[in-house]
Amino acid sequence: MARFLIRRLLHAALTLAGIAVLVFFGLRVTGDPTLLMAPEGATLDQIDLLRRQLGFDRPYLWQFVDHLWGLARLDFGTSVVQRLPAGSIVLARLPYTLSLAGAAFGLALCGGLVLGILAASRRSRVSGLMARAVILAGQSLPTFLSGTLLILLFAIVLNWLPSSGADAPGALILPALVLGAYSMAVLARLVQAGLSEELGKDYIRACRSRGLGRGRILLHALRNAAPALLAMAALEGGNLFAGTVIVETVFAWPGLGHLLLQSVQARDFPVTQAVVLMVAGVYVAANLLADLAHAALDPRLRARLS
Amino acid sequence: MSGVVSGQKKRDPALFGAVFLLGLLSLAALLAPLLAPHDPMRQMLLMRLKPPGFSPGGGAPFLFGSDELGRDILSRTVFSLRLSLLVALSSSGLSAILGVFVGLVAGWRGGGIDRLAMRLADVVLSVPTLILAIFAIAVIGPGVATLIGVLAFARWPRHARLARAETLRLREKSYVQAARLAGAGTGRILFRHILPNAAGPLIVLVAAEVGLMVLFEAGLTFLGLGIAPPQPALGAMLGSGRLYLDSAWWMTVFPGLAIFCLVLALTILSDRLRDRLDPARAAG
Repeated sequence: MARFLIRRLLHAALTLAGIAVLVFFGLRVTGDPTLLMAPEGATLDQIDLLRRQLGFDRPYLWQFVDHLWGLARLDFGTSVVQRLPAGSIVLARLPYTLSLAGAAFGLALCGGLVLGILAASRRSRVSGLMARAVILAGQSLPTFLSGTLLILLFAIVLNWLPSSGADAPGALILPALVLGAYSMAVLARLVQAGLSEELGKDYIRACRSRGLGRGRILLHALRNAAPALLAMAALEGGNLFAGTVIVETVFAWPGLGHLLLQSVQARDFPVTQAVVLMVAGVYVAANLLADLAHAALDPRLRARLS
Repeated sequence: MSGVVSGQKKRDPALFGAVFLLGLLSLAALLAPLLAPHDPMRQMLLMRLKPPGFSPGGGAPFLFGSDELGRDILSRTVFSLRLSLLVALSSSGLSAILGVFVGLVAGWRGGGIDRLAMRLADVVLSVPTLILAIFAIAVIGPGVATLIGVLAFARWPRHARLARAETLRLREKSYVQAARLAGAGTGRILFRHILPNAAGPLIVLVAAEVGLMVLFEAGLTFLGLGIAPPQPALGAMLGSGRLYLDSAWWMTVFPGLAIFCLVLALTILSDRLRDRLDPARAAG
């Protein structure tokens, strides 16, 4: 287990380094990074000055070493627009995104589990059919559409909840609902698939022939399907974190996603880069946790690893 | 697995509906220049925000109403469908070709090439598609070709992982060994012996990806990225419709309905395809 832990940690570090390389070269292969950061209408002299200030006139190797050294110290450069460290701008927005993503993920987990169990275990009953319909609709309804429709209903027609911002009480409800609903459908689909597979196995037939009740059988199947499902749930958590970009734009929620879009529009590249690296870091961490949880919970996987 | 045994003969209204819906939408997209009653980019500023033609007080020339610049919603919707299908099909096709090729070679060769390819796949996979696409479009700039390329680049590792796993599973099979002993070259073995036998799960993955690509494309254009403004895109239409939500519901409802129906049909189709081609992973 210890060797597995070390290997996975190394792997995660390697992946993060890979992303840093990807960002560095992605920026330079496709064009001139100084032009990306220069405000529109800048003169050639101003661009030259900016290039020197950013250190982009030096050899690539030095820039690259600098880039990695900066990242290792969590220094993402300085925002072109706000003249503040990009890292601290990003950190200031992080709590908003974490609370939104956390609320949505809780909703997605609970709802996804219930819907998935219904869809898998009550195949031909009304409740199962309805669960499947909800899963299908949820997967086909993009967040910007469901968000817009909920704003229309709850903010404009009924006037119960605020349509944007994060200050008013209850402001979290609509964005969390929208973000959670999509992930809920995705998770429910995974639970449905995992549980269906488990319910088709021989030991379930054995349980059934020994006269076990529905609930007991379901518990058996769930316990065996749980580790793999948990791992997938952690991955979906990472996706949900990325999905905040759209939801935060719809609801003007002042989190990372909103910041990402603002920085793209303002050509504030250091901030864009910092958000991308931050989200990738969260995603890699979620991946790592998923693998560790999977190994910790599933003796079969542990046996295979050692 | 009752669905697999008896599914062939049972009537399946959901599948029928999905095929019908997808056929209808594809036809609308294909025939967009013939179907669209107006030029999707032509602005008629005197005819701004007209309600749909069938509603009381509707502006007669616009069946689905007009937007904030007096452009026909129906025409813009069918042309947007065209773009959505073009981007979704070509980006998922491109990423499948790239990913399957990498996966086959990595699984067959093993060693350093395999490790390098899989580490690269890990790196790309660890940046969520939407974030990667936003970053890339911010660097490269908007455009249909960029959109397709970026989405394909973000999604190839999924195909590569699956193709690699299938290659590892099949490489020790006796018919592959026989072909090898008979002197078949690597290319022949990979494309004539391994690929056809791995086709089922790969096709299932591509089918699932098409629906997701529609959502990514719509999401990006909703954010105002990927497509330059006057060109119609479903996401962009929703993005501007959002600003007139309390006065012009038709700007949101019709393009929204188009996305929903398109993704719904694609999801049902890919689910059914999974039941047929990949029964082990089917959801019953």
